[in-house]
Amino acid sequence: MGNISIDIENVTVAYHGKVALHSASIKLEEGVICGLVGMNGAGKSTLFKAIMGFVTPVRGNVSIHGLPIRQVQKRNLVAYVPQSEEVDWKFPVDVYDVVMMGRYGYMNLLRIPRSIDKQVVKESLERVGLWDMRFKQIGELSGGQKKRAFFARALAQQATVLLLDEPFAGVDIKTEKLMIDMLMELRQAGYTILISTHDLSSITTFCDQVILINRTILAYGNTSEVFTEENLSRTFGGSVGDFSGAKANSRDQY
Amino acid sequence: MDFIQWFVQGFIYLFVTPMQHEFMVKAVLVSALVGLVCSALSCYMTLKGWALMGDAVSHAVLPGVVIAYVMNIPLAIGAFVFGVGSVIAIGFIKAKTRIKEDTVIGLVFTGFFALGLVLVSKIRSTIDLTHILFGNVLGISDSDIIQTVIISVITLVTLAILRKDLILFCFDSTHARSIGLNTTFLYYTLLSLLSLTAVAGLQTVGIILVVAMLVTPGATAYLLSDRFDHMTLIAMALGVFSSVMGTYISYHIDGSTGGCIVVLQTILFVVAMIFAPKHGIIAQSKDIEVNY
Repeated sequence: MGNISIDIENVTVAYHGKVALHSASIKLEEGVICGLVGMNGAGKSTLFKAIMGFVTPVRGNVSIHGLPIRQVQKRNLVAYVPQSEEVDWKFPVDVYDVVMMGRYGYMNLLRIPRSIDKQVVKESLERVGLWDMRFKQIGELSGGQKKRAFFARALAQQATVLLLDEPFAGVDIKTEKLMIDMLMELRQAGYTILISTHDLSSITTFCDQVILINRTILAYGNTSEVFTEENLSRTFGGSVGDFSGAKANSRDQY
Repeated sequence: MDFIQWFVQGFIYLFVTPMQHEFMVKAVLVSALVGLVCSALSCYMTLKGWALMGDAVSHAVLPGVVIAYVMNIPLAIGAFVFGVGSVIAIGFIKAKTRIKEDTVIGLVFTGFFALGLVLVSKIRSTIDLTHILFGNVLGISDSDIIQTVIISVITLVTLAILRKDLILFCFDSTHARSIGLNTTFLYYTLLSLLSLTAVAGLQTVGIILVVAMLVTPGATAYLLSDRFDHMTLIAMALGVFSSVMGTYISYHIDGSTGGCIVVLQTILFVVAMIFAPKHGIIAQSKDIEVNY
């Protein structure tokens, strides 16, 4: 048994009086890759927001490594890798700038990079194979490179909890393989990685655990035990045929 | 030699002779400063997609300006209260009703602006409405100059200190929050600077056109650069250039100063839109030819 890193205790989140997530309880250990599976609107992003401290639960409590969320933010413990749709790719920043943003939490008020920051950014970029592309404006990257750039930012942040939102949507095989290898390495190093995804095939290949969510936690635990046809049909509110359809659709978007 | 002589004389006539008037010296310097400050802020407005918000805030400050005038306190304070107040009102109405944001913005700023018009018309004073609406930099008073300088210093220093945080806030506020930056603070800082510069811009181009100062240089520079720092420098150069040249042109043709400045800015934008090396229309159409 490793140490508990993400501890969600009986959390209920509501927006304008409407409950988005009800009585969720999850304990994730260090060195675990966990898939987060559910339909759109099932509360996946709400769960992410609760872990990042963007929403205050009406009931329950979230802590990371035993620390309250404010402390977690101050110590840069949680890194979030956004979906590609959430990013303004025309923004006038280059790849290097974006990865450096992962270091802001460690810098002084003026955010002047120290040599340690530059070194970490260089290592992160080299790790995802984008060092040679560092002066490119982010919109000039390919779909897979864009993902890797934001992954590098999460690495540079040196957070021990990673939240990845649809990391394999629209990426090339090379990027997918590289990212999976890296996730495995990070798991070895004791990171806790939570991946929100529609891509159910990736769950069985490398997720140790899985959370099935539909406005509450339907089931969570080791993939082999939880990732059953019966649980999945409960998650997607219908037959298994429905979820393979949902999966095909999610691929079609890209 | 004849050509050089002709050129020098022309230059002196156009740019030096007007400086014999003290009001022209003041006007050129003040509009240059306002152009600098507004265009620095315009980069954030453009990238955050706050053009409409800029329009709203700059109109909504009017009642604040009038009330401050009556109470004999600095106009900037009144403008600040009403500028920020309008945005709080917009946020409140958006959250509490089913009405969409652009409708709420349109509704709130016209309401504030109309209130300002009523106040101006009912208060017996020397306030000249046309000066507030269309600017009066050629007749700017010394106290207004001092106010503009103070606002400019506050804005430029704030932008210099918070530059990286504001860029991150505009680019990816989720990440900013997740590493513990106070995005609410950054939001209201940007908003406060917007209200303050609206007052500074009010002196030169007037309430109606100040949004152009807060949008156009940033938009033009955005077409010319892929680096935020370059974009800011280009925007500031364009802002100062069009403010100074616009003031001279308005002197020579005896036309509206604000109008001349903004027309000049718009012309520069159109030129960039067509000829920008990478993001201009011509370059873009060449790109397509290469790709297919």
